[in-house]
Amino acid sequence: MSEIAKTSSSAASRPLLKTLTPWIGFLILLLALPNIFSSNSGLYTMNLMGIFIIFALSYNMLLGQGGMLSFGHAVYFGLGGFMSVHFMNYIEDGAFVFPMYLIPIFGGLIGLVFGIIIGSFSTRRAGTVFAMISLGVGELMASSSLIFVAFFGGEEGVSGDRTTGPELAGINFGQDIHIYYLIAAWVFVTVTLMYLFSRTPAGRMANAVRDNAERAEFVGYSQRKVRFVSFCASGFFAGIAGGLFALNFEIVTEENLNALTSGTVLLMAYIGGVGFFIGPIVGAVLFTLLQSILSNYTDIWQLYVGILFVLTVMYVPQGLTGIIVMHSAAWRMKRLGSLILPYIRIGIPALAMLAGIAAFLETIHHVRTAFEGDTLMSLMGIEFDSHGVVSWIVILALVFVGGFLTRMQLRQLRDAWETANKPPAQTEGSGS
Amino acid sequence: MFELIFFSLLNGIVTGLLLFMLASGLTLIFSMMGVLNFAHASFYMLGAYVAYTISMYLGFWVGLIVAPILVGLMGAVVERYGLRYVHRWGHVAELIFTFGLAFLIEEVVQFIWGKDTKAYHEPEILQFPLFTFFGQNFPAYKAFMLLVSIGIFIMLLLILTRSRVGLIIQAAIHKPNMTAMLGHNVPLVFMGVFGVGCALAGLAGVIAGPALGTFPGMAVVLGSIVFVIVVVGGLGSLTGAFVASLLIGLLQTFAIALDYSVNDLLQLFNISFDADSAFRDLWTLSLPQIAPILPYLLLVLILIFRPTGLFGNRET
Amino acid sequence: MKLKSKILIGAAFAALSAFTAQAADTIKIAFIDPLSGPFAATGTNGYNQYQFAADVLVNQKGGVLGGQMFEVVGFDNKISPKESLVQLKRAIGEGIHFVVQGNSSGVAHALTDAIKKNNERNPEQRVLFMNYSAVDPALTNEDCNFWHFRFDANADIKMSALTDAIAAREDIKKVYIIGQDYSFGKAVAAAAVKFLGEKRPDIEIVGNELHPIGKVKDFTPYATKIRASEAGAVITGNWGADMVGLAKAIGDAGIDAPVYTYYAANDGITKTIGAAGKDKIRLVHEGRVNPPPTDEYKAYHMAFKERYPDSDISQFRIANVISMLAMAMEQAGSTDVVAVAKQLEGMEYTTMQGDKVYMRAEDHQLIQPVYISVHTDENVVLDADNSGYGLVTETTVSAEDAAIPPLGCKMERPS
Repeated sequence: MSEIAKTSSSAASRPLLKTLTPWIGFLILLLALPNIFSSNSGLYTMNLMGIFIIFALSYNMLLGQGGMLSFGHAVYFGLGGFMSVHFMNYIEDGAFVFPMYLIPIFGGLIGLVFGIIIGSFSTRRAGTVFAMISLGVGELMASSSLIFVAFFGGEEGVSGDRTTGPELAGINFGQDIHIYYLIAAWVFVTVTLMYLFSRTPAGRMANAVRDNAERAEFVGYSQRKVRFVSFCASGFFAGIAGGLFALNFEIVTEENLNALTSGTVLLMAYIGGVGFFIGPIVGAVLFTLLQSILSNYTDIWQLYVGILFVLTVMYVPQGLTGIIVMHSAAWRMKRLGSLILPYIRIGIPALAMLAGIAAFLETIHHVRTAFEGDTLMSLMGIEFDSHGVVSWIVILALVFVGGFLTRMQLRQLRDAWETANKPPAQTEGSGS
Repeated sequence: MFELIFFSLLNGIVTGLLLFMLASGLTLIFSMMGVLNFAHASFYMLGAYVAYTISMYLGFWVGLIVAPILVGLMGAVVERYGLRYVHRWGHVAELIFTFGLAFLIEEVVQFIWGKDTKAYHEPEILQFPLFTFFGQNFPAYKAFMLLVSIGIFIMLLLILTRSRVGLIIQAAIHKPNMTAMLGHNVPLVFMGVFGVGCALAGLAGVIAGPALGTFPGMAVVLGSIVFVIVVVGGLGSLTGAFVASLLIGLLQTFAIALDYSVNDLLQLFNISFDADSAFRDLWTLSLPQIAPILPYLLLVLILIFRPTGLFGNRET
Repeated sequence: MKLKSKILIGAAFAALSAFTAQAADTIKIAFIDPLSGPFAATGTNGYNQYQFAADVLVNQKGGVLGGQMFEVVGFDNKISPKESLVQLKRAIGEGIHFVVQGNSSGVAHALTDAIKKNNERNPEQRVLFMNYSAVDPALTNEDCNFWHFRFDANADIKMSALTDAIAAREDIKKVYIIGQDYSFGKAVAAAAVKFLGEKRPDIEIVGNELHPIGKVKDFTPYATKIRASEAGAVITGNWGADMVGLAKAIGDAGIDAPVYTYYAANDGITKTIGAAGKDKIRLVHEGRVNPPPTDEYKAYHMAFKERYPDSDISQFRIANVISMLAMAMEQAGSTDVVAVAKQLEGMEYTTMQGDKVYMRAEDHQLIQPVYISVHTDENVVLDADNSGYGLVTETTVSAEDAAIPPLGCKMERPS
């Protein structure tokens, strides 16, 4: 704890290094990850994460930075993917020579083009009108994709082969590990670019328009133009994400641009936290993990995701990143340690309650879906009878005792939180 | 041809009036609270499922009465403890909340009732063809749907224009703050309208479940169409919602009935095309194929060129 | 705290036992199909049938290759081509070399393509793809490859049998074709037009319509159109909710014409159609149900019903997949993918229903008899969805008659 604090204070004296530190850390993390999770599925999950990170960040250029709630962002992602996979096929057919690893640029360009076309009328207004237009355009595109088979390939989509074209230092990207480094490189570049965009006057003005459009107009900025610029940039990056998707999966289908994908990206960005630059990154990582790991253990993982999403919207609108950032005040005052014990004290009963609720849902699900006579089920390696009275007593006890104890501990947590976040002057006063 | 038009007209009106039952509640909620309720169609689905469960034990008619009441109560609870709470985070959060709620309700429905289509049937006494015209049956159940929808429309119209509650609601739609100043309990009105709106959606679900199928995807299929109606009809305009519902209903049935393609149009002008070109899908595009995207096209066009909707006087 | 540590210990034990189980000699088969989402009912039922078949037909008989057991592992692809590839990766990561899939030709196209690429790029992780239900003819024609085997009759074979039945009925003068707007629906429509044109040029095709897949709320307008066209028969490849909706609308409109379908049975569809489709809905399929062809099959069916009272043997071919795979392994003397595939090529096999089938080597299409059955509640021994209704076979097309020569399959075989 104190050591970390020291490094951070020493970094403060060198601002350039301080700004660069997270980026260098990010780069090292990207390079190190495949050595930690080297399994096939680990690589696959990380590839997906990388794609979703770019996609969710591009979405947040609209929602978080520009205040535009879009229900049709998958349009640009999907079109980027389709364009890229077509170019992959042109390369394979020898229509022209182009390195495969730069293919996502085409995805970005088509995203940009459609961003310009659709943005030209949809960014006129913000708020509900924008949301409705995005929904309409999204549904239009998704339905059209099944009608225009020549471009979208119908239900089975368009497939390509990423191993053709000029190679990069003898690597043809046939292996997943190669594609991981390719995606990592793209992630690093695009995340940097999107961060820099948020620092440009255009990005700053997007925030201003989001917060108070009238004032921004008075300063001399057309709110429509500001939104339009963000919208186009967002379409561009979503297209790049789509291009990477095409490279990774070598197939692009209708579902890449349908409402489900549009909803997923909203979910990711919101759970992660739209108010922070890294929020969507957190959301994309978490959602991919939930999707690929939780779904291995339970049939009803989407129910959990739904509950998590609704609870986030209701009680933590800042998202998960918001919760972390909430602790920065205590961190700066070096009082984070005083919160550890209260967290453990509330954490144990709360975990018991959550485990109880999960067990409750899983057991009901088992009772409902298992075939006749099969009453034995297992959760986390514990086998029990899903119809037995004892199991139900244990589960309900977990829920209610856990819930009761959690409630009891709430007060001490609140107290501890308040002490930890009290402005320093006051604490010093009371201390002396 | 006459037969086709006659039945398309009839079917269009049945679909349109069903859509109106959903849209009427949504448009009232939208104009009062300014929030487009994404989960509205989910209450329609809940209505069908709850009625299905009730009908297994007590029969269809009990379900017809009880299910909408239950769904209305659920709606009121959602408004009271969900939406009102989220309201503090602003409009975008409200919109996202209803979006999440729609997602959650679908999962909950699958959790409780499973993922397959439920065998929810119309009552036996309505399982007969009401009349046969040119050898084609018109099922009595469709007529029943028609009657219920018209009854609801008239009732809503009377309540809104003739009763005291209706006056308060009308006032709250246009000037919520002023209405609150005059001493009316606007939050209670909100909750009531939300609950009644959900109950209407639930009723629509009860009567549509047997006709259109009771399955977990039924909310998604109808959800965005209802939005189109509310926006096209115009904010807070019950008449607008009515006209738009019928318009969409007829648009969809007639687009299917009339089998014309771009190719036919071009041939009128003596233009032929290359069957192998990349745009071949465009030439062979026929009305039935594009029927499902017409409403969304209408939505986008209306939002661009007439954001007030057909009958609205406020912008969305 | 105590409880938590108990959970941890339990988890550790479970992990350990799972590990040891893996170490024992089991042959894993990845079942990649929807286990959640709108098509979960069909997928889960298929999964049950695979587990049952592996259990009864292989494991209870002592396994293969001197006691190795089959284990069918479910991977949920949510019927999405993308998710299928993710699950394929996972399966390969777990060291699985045998994959079965069936729901949606779109998914099958994605899988066969990915498996072909994988087998080229990673020769030590080769995978065999046994397609038990995706019937787009392209999968064994222009898009065929050595690693893909199809155990269901493809859409052309089924349509050939269907059109034979239609051609035999002199009273049918007008036919209406309606299907879902994607590759399979189009393949069905094209085959129907082609075969009807050859067999009964006098039949007028009064409608050839594609509707958006999974998006139509109410099929009444389509039924109106069908009625107005005065069609004497309807042909459709619809499945899932689209089949239910169409059958319902046709029943409500009072259309008396027979409806020839591919998938109008089981997994809740039979129950939903109920009386409205009696003697009207016909189905082309492999594997007879009523009258039960053999006592052995009847016993198998009943045993399955006992274990899964809410499901039926809806896809008899699943039993063939398991039996033929086991046989190929025995004959090859190993589980090596190439060796097993070479044994499957051209394999002749007599099914539990007493039919002689063979796996055509040129395109890896199983050649088998095809049946046309009617949806009814009379003479039903084994009903579907516990509804009293079921399929009763009316017409049988022998394997020789059903076989349609392969078209444009150029297969690269590993040396």
